[in-house]
Amino acid sequence: MWIKRLLKRIADPVDGWLLLFVLLISALSVVTVYSASNQNPDKVVGKMITVIVSLSIMWIVANLKPSQLMMLAPPMYVTGLLLLIAVAAFGVSTNGAKRWLNIGITKIQPSELMKLAVPMLLAWYFERHEANLRFRHFVIAAILILVPAALVQKQPDLGTAVLIAAAGFYVLFLAGLSWRVMVGLFVAAAASAPFVWTHMRDYQRQRILTALDPMQDPLGKGYHIIQSTIAIGSGGPLGKGWLHGTQTRLDFIPESTTDFIFAVFGEEFGLWGNLLLSILYICVIGRGLMITNQASTQFGRLLAGALTLSFFTYAFVNMGMVSGILPVVGVPLPLVSYGGTATLSILIGFGMLMAIHRDKKLMKK
Amino acid sequence: MSRTILRDHHGERYNFQLRLLVALVCVVLGFMVLIGRFFYLQVMQHEKYHTLAESNRISLVPIPPPRGYIYDRNGVVLARNQSEYTLEITPSKLEHSLEDTINALSQYVEITTKDRRRFKTLMDESKDFESLPIKVRLTDEEVARFAAQAFRFTGVEIKARPFRYYPMGESASHLVGYIGRINDDDLDKLDDEGLLPNYKGTDHMGKFGLEQSYEEVLHGKTGYEEVEIDSNGHAINSLKRTPPVAGSNLILSIDIKLQQIAEQAFGTNRGALVAMDPTTGEVLALVSRPGFDPNLFVDGIDAQSWKELNDSTDRPLNDRAIQGTYAPGSTFKPFMALGALEIGKRTPQWGMSDPGFFQLGNHRWNDDAKGGHGWVDMRRSIVASCDVYYYQLANDMGIDNISNFMAPFGFGQKSGIDLPGEKTGVLPSQEWKRRTFRKNPAAGKWVAGDTVSIGIGQGFNTYTPLQMAQAVSILAADGIVHRPHLVRYIEDPATSARTPVAPAPIGRIALKQANIDIVKDAMVGVNKEGTGAAAFRGAEYVSAGKTGTAQVYSVKNGKKDIIGKVHNALTDNAWFIAFAPADKPRIALALIVENGGWGASAAAPIARQVLDYYMVGKVPGQPTPAPSSTPTPDASDEDTDPASAPSPDPAQAQ
Repeated sequence: MWIKRLLKRIADPVDGWLLLFVLLISALSVVTVYSASNQNPDKVVGKMITVIVSLSIMWIVANLKPSQLMMLAPPMYVTGLLLLIAVAAFGVSTNGAKRWLNIGITKIQPSELMKLAVPMLLAWYFERHEANLRFRHFVIAAILILVPAALVQKQPDLGTAVLIAAAGFYVLFLAGLSWRVMVGLFVAAAASAPFVWTHMRDYQRQRILTALDPMQDPLGKGYHIIQSTIAIGSGGPLGKGWLHGTQTRLDFIPESTTDFIFAVFGEEFGLWGNLLLSILYICVIGRGLMITNQASTQFGRLLAGALTLSFFTYAFVNMGMVSGILPVVGVPLPLVSYGGTATLSILIGFGMLMAIHRDKKLMKK
Repeated sequence: MSRTILRDHHGERYNFQLRLLVALVCVVLGFMVLIGRFFYLQVMQHEKYHTLAESNRISLVPIPPPRGYIYDRNGVVLARNQSEYTLEITPSKLEHSLEDTINALSQYVEITTKDRRRFKTLMDESKDFESLPIKVRLTDEEVARFAAQAFRFTGVEIKARPFRYYPMGESASHLVGYIGRINDDDLDKLDDEGLLPNYKGTDHMGKFGLEQSYEEVLHGKTGYEEVEIDSNGHAINSLKRTPPVAGSNLILSIDIKLQQIAEQAFGTNRGALVAMDPTTGEVLALVSRPGFDPNLFVDGIDAQSWKELNDSTDRPLNDRAIQGTYAPGSTFKPFMALGALEIGKRTPQWGMSDPGFFQLGNHRWNDDAKGGHGWVDMRRSIVASCDVYYYQLANDMGIDNISNFMAPFGFGQKSGIDLPGEKTGVLPSQEWKRRTFRKNPAAGKWVAGDTVSIGIGQGFNTYTPLQMAQAVSILAADGIVHRPHLVRYIEDPATSARTPVAPAPIGRIALKQANIDIVKDAMVGVNKEGTGAAAFRGAEYVSAGKTGTAQVYSVKNGKKDIIGKVHNALTDNAWFIAFAPADKPRIALALIVENGGWGASAAAPIARQVLDYYMVGKVPGQPTPAPSSTPTPDASDEDTDPASAPSPDPAQAQ
């Protein structure tokens, strides 16, 4: 039967487990977006369209061979880098911050592309030098990470710069960066903190100060943290129930459908809800690490590992920020926050994981 | 061999898996930290947060500060706030479609198509959950009618809001500017500057003119109130109040009466005028005609009115005084003369017989007077506005001498006035032409002919009326340079304490007083016996002036098709510069009438009205023997009066 064949063709590149977890998290997201947007059906439809479109693109990526991903890595990185330079030169400046590039039809944010391109390029680089890996390769790799990260930091967008650097670092780590060097870097980072502090932008410094003492800025970001903490805490073990979060209803939670959606979730579904979401995230990450472990090439291992750990970083940073233990940086809650670009880039990443996994299955056959 | 590779491979594999395990441990630890935090917040501290959220919901309500007022130098209000009722819709809270709601509302409150269009524009710029005005300035009756039906309209409410009001309407619109609703771009900008918290609860900010350039001063500091609210979100109790700090008032140097007299003197003509106090740099009047009503912008201008203003061939939104750049024509001659004296290229006595043209190579530049002006020395060259004298002079001085002498007067440079969007203009030099024609080095070479035209203020040079006024002001003040400014004082509304703005001069151009006196005397001659005499006949004070009539090659910044539509777009621009009283100047001005024709007939009478009011308090059209308020009779007078004015000076640069 052709229908059967078609279904088989569609199902073939997809990793069932990963898809299942993604769908479950997306379902939680739709429910939460509805509540967070004051029951705006448009937002629900918008979120669903985002998920469907992103899943379709994920499927297309999942059909690629890892060798094709490898071939894509250098051009993607170079394009991203050129776009970042273009942003620095001609970006749409909103007096102080240049993040967007106006390409006529729409504005694009090249830093988002870099979150994928950096780990891809580094995985490609280490695959090429797998046989004769030297320390200098790590130094070159570090430069490949720091150039785009520095450009993004200049925009200024510290949050994204850190995430790009983290994605690159995961590749270095998995590729075997010596433990001693890592300890050394850690010590150096701690020692240079005062220097970095003096070179940060005022608003970045303010965000860190605000995280330490939210009352310093009660009308600005501090207010966000105070209110989101109250929302989560007042949710209690069981939550106030869907659509019954008073903090949400009364507009206490800013950016409630995007960066602070976790406050809505925590208020309405309580500790048990948070545990459920955490477990789903752990399942996604666990599955990602399994795929990483089973990957047949160095490129596949490094890329899969870096993408999975990046996903963890997004979840950890967002939940940490909303619950008041990390400074406010503009990182959405992966797969849950409303907003197309972030969901799309995560699901493209998952498409790559599936592509790497499928390649291994093919090899087995 | 193969064994070692295999073992190596296994070793690497083991190393990789070890690292993966470490990563997994980190992930698990990370989630343990998070879950620990959730446990702390949601179980251990739950009571506390429950109390905070439930029984004692504290809402921080921002209290926007009242915006500072703008006054003229005599205390006349140019911008103030008044409280008005508005009918507002929060689109995301509506039960029915927006269209149905507005239709239903129109049964009780008159909603015009203009209101609808404006609301649509607002919606495009705003987020769904913001409360947006569908109708502003409701009458008491409308408020009552809606209040009786309010229960039927979820998501629609009446609010009392302070509105910015510009009582002078079109008058001084370009300099006062206007405020408008804060849009997404403004929000991004405020966010990047870290000013967003200070704009909580504020919907408007300065978008144009002084309202924009003094935004920080006028806005003030947002206060906030901690209020207890019930489960419906209504405030039931105020806990703590941090009052806002009101925005500061601006006391301008503008004399609004003088401003209005100048505006009216332009009639329906396009143009600009800048009058300054040469002893302080204070701007007394800054006119750009036509004007516009800034009140249109306050509640969000509707698309059609915007289109009309924006597409009008008269470009009323353009502040010609600081953004229009024009060739100065013969008003440039006094500065050329001063330059020649200063660098020793001319003495006052040096004279020439004007044959009616100037010849350089194969090119011939004609004078406006057929057959020439006869014997012309420096004084006569200014009084009669002789072109040939200045063709010759410019050629003798050379472009770089001219350019170097003129730069300190502010020609072709931003004056630094406290208004946004000032244009630079062009003070040409060899270097400038090379840069401008970089792609075509042959065209970028300065040729002697270029210099000849500059002598009579034609050719490449273009200046703003403000730059001209600044230059006249510097000449009137014998070389002392002030930064032109519109704000005299910033006033704290609570204490009425006034902080003066930029009172000190910023420099002095080293000039010989004797040379200045020669030029000034010639300019007095212009208004006594020269091209300005007709306009200044019978004046009760001694003034100095200079007419200018500048050819228009094309309408700068305008589109080609617009040129075709404006019937007189190729008529000359009429200029006049003046200061008074001649011995101890208190006012210096420059004005241009776009496509007005001769400076003597179109521009000088406007200057007369302005100076009459400022010097002796004469108001045109009032019983005191004021000069005719319509410039035309004066002009024809002058044309037929060979004794007083030999001829006006249409520039003849080729």
